[in-house]
Amino acid sequence: MSVPHAILALLSESPKYGQRLQSEFEARTGRVWPLNVGQVYTTLQRLERDGLVESDGDGNGERARKQYRIAPAGRRELDDWLRTPPDLVPPPRDELVIKVLVALQVPGTDVHEILQVHRRHVIEVMQRYTKLKAADAGDVPLALVVDAELFRLEAIVRWLDAADVRLKQTDLPSRRPESAPATTTEAEATPATEVSQ
Amino acid sequence: MTAALELRQVSKTYGSGASEVHALRQVDLAVEEGELVAVMGPSGSGKTTLLTIAGSLEQPSTGDVLVDGVDLGDVARSEQAKMRRRSIGYVFQDFNLLPGLTALENAMLPLELDGVAAKAARAGAQRALEELQVADHADRYPDELSGGERQRVAIARAIVGQRKLLLADEPTGALDSVNGDAVMRLLRAATDRGVAGVVVTHDAQLASWADRVVFIRDGRIVDQTLPPPGPESLLAFGDRS
Repeated sequence: MSVPHAILALLSESPKYGQRLQSEFEARTGRVWPLNVGQVYTTLQRLERDGLVESDGDGNGERARKQYRIAPAGRRELDDWLRTPPDLVPPPRDELVIKVLVALQVPGTDVHEILQVHRRHVIEVMQRYTKLKAADAGDVPLALVVDAELFRLEAIVRWLDAADVRLKQTDLPSRRPESAPATTTEAEATPATEVSQ
Repeated sequence: MTAALELRQVSKTYGSGASEVHALRQVDLAVEEGELVAVMGPSGSGKTTLLTIAGSLEQPSTGDVLVDGVDLGDVARSEQAKMRRRSIGYVFQDFNLLPGLTALENAMLPLELDGVAAKAARAGAQRALEELQVADHADRYPDELSGGERQRVAIARAIVGQRKLLLADEPTGALDSVNGDAVMRLLRAATDRGVAGVVVTHDAQLASWADRVVFIRDGRIVDQTLPPPGPESLLAFGDRS
């Protein structure tokens, strides 16, 4: 999250005091990114030093009494930032992918069971996000933040589902339980945990 | 407390001999009043069979199905049909509204089939449409409604009267995600009022609206989610005020 650019965006509407910038930042980001007022003033100082914002204070007065406004250079910086794509290249090592690749190598490990453990965990996190969204239908910034997380988590579930199918289609010897003969079907080899309510 | 729906050791087998298919294997599942359960699994996992058996549209090969404490195996077919009409509502992916009937007439249908007088059926359907916020479109035909509105009418038809159990098969499959959200919000509201709901889906976002997600693979229930902690745990601040 770029705090300087979020502050520039808030100042692009109208000049504001530091305290108000902090409360508006949190309200407009669904309150999922907390920001303390000290961070706001540190950021404002840097932005002022770089000529991206201006203040109407006398320079040595109390910081809470200074009102800040966006400078022309700040508006250009904000426009550029909005149009610059974020880094979409994934991290070099995705931990979940690595765990599944490792599971393929460990004798006696049922990869489908490993996939299910992660699937359940991801869905439990999704349930919590959905509850958050369900609780407040009118909070649009919150809904946008939660939607972004839900789509990201859904993509993980879809990858787990695809991995399940791909591994079923290619019956690697290493993922069979240790003592199971090659002809044993998966359902017989891995007794399912029945759920009783 | 009696579960609104209970499946005990339910199995379903189609065909015989070499072509025998085990669609469900010893499934145990109980859904309480006011609970929304999602059944999640890939295509061919048995989730739709589970739903049609839960709704008594199909008989299990072995095992028992209890709706509101009544074992469907113990009642005559005619009595089953009556329970199906009075206690169970169905929502399908493709809405299944009758094109020649208005929204109101579609929502009235289950009550009329059950012998409720036209005036009372009309009033019940009107209430259901109001609950689903489509009462303004009561006189419109399905082809005059958007996808989201059609699904709202279908849900109104599913909850009309005194339904105990709401069964939905990929209810948001034909909708975009924002309209899908709105439909899930309405299903959630119906269960919050005390109806028990079962939604089968392969869609993780849809499933995440449920209180509990059970996972089905090759006809068996293999896993389920734990009761979720509050959403506050996701926030960096405990206090969102």
